[in-house]
Amino acid sequence: MSPWAVYALSGVAMFSVGLVGLFSHQHVVKRILAANIAGSGVLLVLVALARRVPTGVPDPVPHALVLTGIVVSVSATALAVALARRMARLQAQKAHSPEREPVSDGERS
Amino acid sequence: MTGASALMAWPVIIPLLGAVLALLVGRPAVRLIAGVTSVATLSASAVLAWEVAHRGVLRQSIGGWGVPLGIEWRADGLAVLMLLTIALVGSLTSVHALDHLPDREDREFLPLWLLVWCALNALVLSADAFNLYVTLELTTLGAVALIAVRRDLPGLDGGLRYLLFALPGSLCYLLGIALLYGAYAALDVGLLAERVQPGPVTWVAAALVTVGLCLKTPLFPLHVWLPPTYAGAPTPVTALLSALISKGSYYVLFRLWMEVFAPVMDAQVAQLLGLLGAAAVIWGSLLALLQSQLKRVVAYSSVAQIGYMFLVFPMATEDARAGAIYLVVSHAAAKASMFVAVGNIHQAVGITALGGVQGLAGRMPFTFLALGLGGISLIGIPPSGGFIAKWLLLNASIATGQWWWGVVLLVGSLLSAAYVFRILRGSFLPLPEGVTVRAIPLGNELAPFALALIALVLGLVPWFPLDLLAVGAAR
Repeated sequence: MSPWAVYALSGVAMFSVGLVGLFSHQHVVKRILAANIAGSGVLLVLVALARRVPTGVPDPVPHALVLTGIVVSVSATALAVALARRMARLQAQKAHSPEREPVSDGERS
Repeated sequence: MTGASALMAWPVIIPLLGAVLALLVGRPAVRLIAGVTSVATLSASAVLAWEVAHRGVLRQSIGGWGVPLGIEWRADGLAVLMLLTIALVGSLTSVHALDHLPDREDREFLPLWLLVWCALNALVLSADAFNLYVTLELTTLGAVALIAVRRDLPGLDGGLRYLLFALPGSLCYLLGIALLYGAYAALDVGLLAERVQPGPVTWVAAALVTVGLCLKTPLFPLHVWLPPTYAGAPTPVTALLSALISKGSYYVLFRLWMEVFAPVMDAQVAQLLGLLGAAAVIWGSLLALLQSQLKRVVAYSSVAQIGYMFLVFPMATEDARAGAIYLVVSHAAAKASMFVAVGNIHQAVGITALGGVQGLAGRMPFTFLALGLGGISLIGIPPSGGFIAKWLLLNASIATGQWWWGVVLLVGSLLSAAYVFRILRGSFLPLPEGVTVRAIPLGNELAPFALALIALVLGLVPWFPLDLLAVGAAR
């Protein structure tokens, strides 16, 4: 098996592990981490694919895609972490004042 | 860059500029900027649609880099029809949002919505698989922020849930695109269509892309995130999510299947997609019928309506394609109108239960007219956009000899009639004692009515959108 295929297959394995983690865990932080692992797997596949051209010079297009992919995954992670933090704070507040129930169906009365 | 192709940049640049400006200024100016931006974007989309209708498909290579290295944008009939839908439905929904949301949320809603609008416009114009991924992610991130705009627990929970389902969806899509690039060294949709061959790589890539996009759209049985998310978001945001944002991923799926995958795929695979769509129609309609919360009825109805759109894949005739896209457009108008009307009812009486509409038809005539007209389009009673769409799909099912999809269409219509009438029935009963109906601004009452009128007009003058759709569709 050529070296790039090993890396590509490891990427697919990472992606699968991350995907399983994403859907099997309840905890928000674990799910965010799992999403990151899956994302890194996809990016690893892309990096490996850049090496498969026969001339020996890596293909630059997948590298550009990986850079964009990293930017996207950093932004998504930041957003998810911010939401999770805010939720944790609100839940803590709710635990201290049990008389203030959240309004159902997301609508304020 | 020629004059006509440069027109394509405006529907993307104007909302982006508007969003940045709106983030920088205070509250009164936000509304002014959002209003000016909306009108400008709507005009830019209309001008582009006019050009495409008269000159045919427009293309533009971003930054002057041609395919295969650069990214190409393409405006064909389908793309400009989507642009017009997004502009009309989006701006009418934001008119409603202005008085529905309190001050701070209003200030944050408008710039976010303009950003999502910019991303959606870029999405429908791109003809490059990776550019589609990037614009899809921009739409998702903007949508998450919109869902959580109220910063309360249900909203934050809905936003996070949506994000954690959308992320694996886009990762699957990206892996599929990576495999396609590895096998065919192309990202442009046109080039991919030329190069893709039947084979295991194509099949795996198609499966990944399809699963990823179905997660985002969401197709049954991947719709589990939808009800809590729709329930947690403010009503105008729910309208935008259901009417426009979920259509973004459907649009990508439609493009890639029709242009790249359909020619090399076995017929059974398309049948499977159709089967999932049919299951979504039945399951979504049944659940909509069983809900006791007004907003949830409308939310589950979205699951069903998305199911119809997947019936196009097994039939894949010209009629079926036109029908599916017609359904996308008319569902956008009708469903946005119904969500906005539900928001009005909530604002007026503060009740979200289905029984809470008792006696309101006389007090809020335009809102209930909108609910009724929107419902007519969902059921598919003529004259409405939903009728034309279902008629085209029914024709396609007969023409291709697949009568069972026709049966699904009819059963789905009957079920949707049941849940629409279940909403409307209570509204004509006398107003119960002790219920105070708050007056709501006229703009809020007229916005859903205008949206419902769009769905109605789509049924009265179908030739304009259908002619537009035919531009560049002959492939």
